[in-house]
Amino acid sequence: MSGMSWDERLSPTVKMIAPSGIRKFFDIAAEMDDVISLGVGEPDFVTPWTIRESCVYGLEQGYTSYTANRGMAELRDEIARMHDERYGIKYDAKTEALVTVGVSEALDLALRSIIAPGDEVLIPEPCYVSYSACTVLAGGVAVPVPSRIENEFRVTPDDLAARLTEKTKALLIGYPNNPTGAVMTKDDLLAIARFAEEHDLIVISDEIYGDLTYGGEEHVCFAALPRMKERTILLNGFSKAYAMTGWRIGYALGSPEVIAAMTKIHQYAILCAPVTAQVAAIEALRRGDKYMRKMVAEYDRRRSFIYDGLTKIGLKCFEPKGAFYIFPDITSTGLTSNEFAEGLLKSEHVALVPGSAFGECGEGYVRCSYATSLDEIDEAIKRIGNFVKKHSK
Amino acid sequence: MNELLNLLEHDARRPVSELAAILRRSEYEVEKDIHALEKDGIVLGYNTVIDWNKAGRNTVTAVIEVNLTPQRDVGFDAIADRVSRFDEVRSVDLMSGGFDLLVTVEGESLQEIADFIARRLATIEGVVSTRSHFLLKPYKKDGLIVGNKEKDRRLVVSP
Repeated sequence: MSGMSWDERLSPTVKMIAPSGIRKFFDIAAEMDDVISLGVGEPDFVTPWTIRESCVYGLEQGYTSYTANRGMAELRDEIARMHDERYGIKYDAKTEALVTVGVSEALDLALRSIIAPGDEVLIPEPCYVSYSACTVLAGGVAVPVPSRIENEFRVTPDDLAARLTEKTKALLIGYPNNPTGAVMTKDDLLAIARFAEEHDLIVISDEIYGDLTYGGEEHVCFAALPRMKERTILLNGFSKAYAMTGWRIGYALGSPEVIAAMTKIHQYAILCAPVTAQVAAIEALRRGDKYMRKMVAEYDRRRSFIYDGLTKIGLKCFEPKGAFYIFPDITSTGLTSNEFAEGLLKSEHVALVPGSAFGECGEGYVRCSYATSLDEIDEAIKRIGNFVKKHSK
Repeated sequence: MNELLNLLEHDARRPVSELAAILRRSEYEVEKDIHALEKDGIVLGYNTVIDWNKAGRNTVTAVIEVNLTPQRDVGFDAIADRVSRFDEVRSVDLMSGGFDLLVTVEGESLQEIADFIARRLATIEGVVSTRSHFLLKPYKKDGLIVGNKEKDRRLVVSP
């Protein structure tokens, strides 16, 4: 063997990023055959048949080629129509919309389009695992802004102001939130909007869970707030609402300048999102809503059930208002969130994700996904109850 | 009340404790509501959807289009009621279009059903004619796909 060392040749930026904290649990769980998983960040429903069927029909009709870089015109039209009808915000489908390979790509493009080396991005945590990694990969500095359970994991202008510097360029928010299930009310967001305006920040708003809100909480689209459209890059997609995670279809909406910049990267790096998935996404927007509402109703039932169950076994929880996660406080066990997750998996065969995977301030919590059947949630709560009893001080 | 019905419609076996947690009410209140729904005839009963072929029992099912002569004052109701009372009859619906009643009949054999139609159904006063269709193979019953369920193909843990 030659002595070529890749390690010293790899990009220092890539080496700087820690691998996802989830991998370890995946490896342990894969060895067991009776694992109940509350660790899954995607719907347990299969994509509604009408959407799947439209994709099959599209293939039969020969939809197999490239599409426009920005995505099929019909899809961008449907996306613009939906935002107009739902939030009363008008986007020009030709110049202000870009279809991407999931929100993941849209997030990457947004950050790469705006960040100059050393620019800082405020990121309320706990949050989705990609936010800070993508910021760093884009040459920026991720500045975590801790949110607290006492404030229902919402972020306030005061929290943000404490981390603001002259280099702060953007604010990256994701509500309804993965992993906490927190939502921001209109007033909460108006305060953030004023802050963004005052400090002239770009706001990247990841609203992938926007359709999944409960208990009368209506999702508020950040870009639809007064004067926010021009400074917001709105990210959304089909994965969560329409149970289409594997299709990899998302989109970005924003001012023509930033969408053009993002399209430039997209056209060289990706070319276009898969045509088959775009065809399906059109059907999702045209006829998918009734199936989506059924799934949301089911998540809501599970939300009540798991909140009741976890509270009864003695874990302090914030009652989630959106997404399909609940984020109980496990400090009563005296374990770190990593020890809790690993111990629970090994002794009770329940998989979940330690809160620390979503930022430092997630320590002391674990993320439970309730995108699984009530029977499984019931059994999982019993097992977690056994584990908590053994470890309560 | 409607949310309780939605829950029961798709799974009548849910324990009351689970229903109570989902509905955010006490078990006592939920029991009381269920009892009231049963008493008011809103909940007619609880059935199980069974793939009898898979269980090894071969039943025969027929849907029968029935033409009737309506009767003064009661229209089709009196005859429909008489038809409904036979144990063999699984469902009876008044229809628009080319015939009046759609009757589903279940039996152990073709002969048994043929017998039922010839001796009982067709001879009811007011029944003008019948046309029977035998079911060959079920693909979906009461909203449930017959056969293998779709597998959960998700990774055990994902962000």
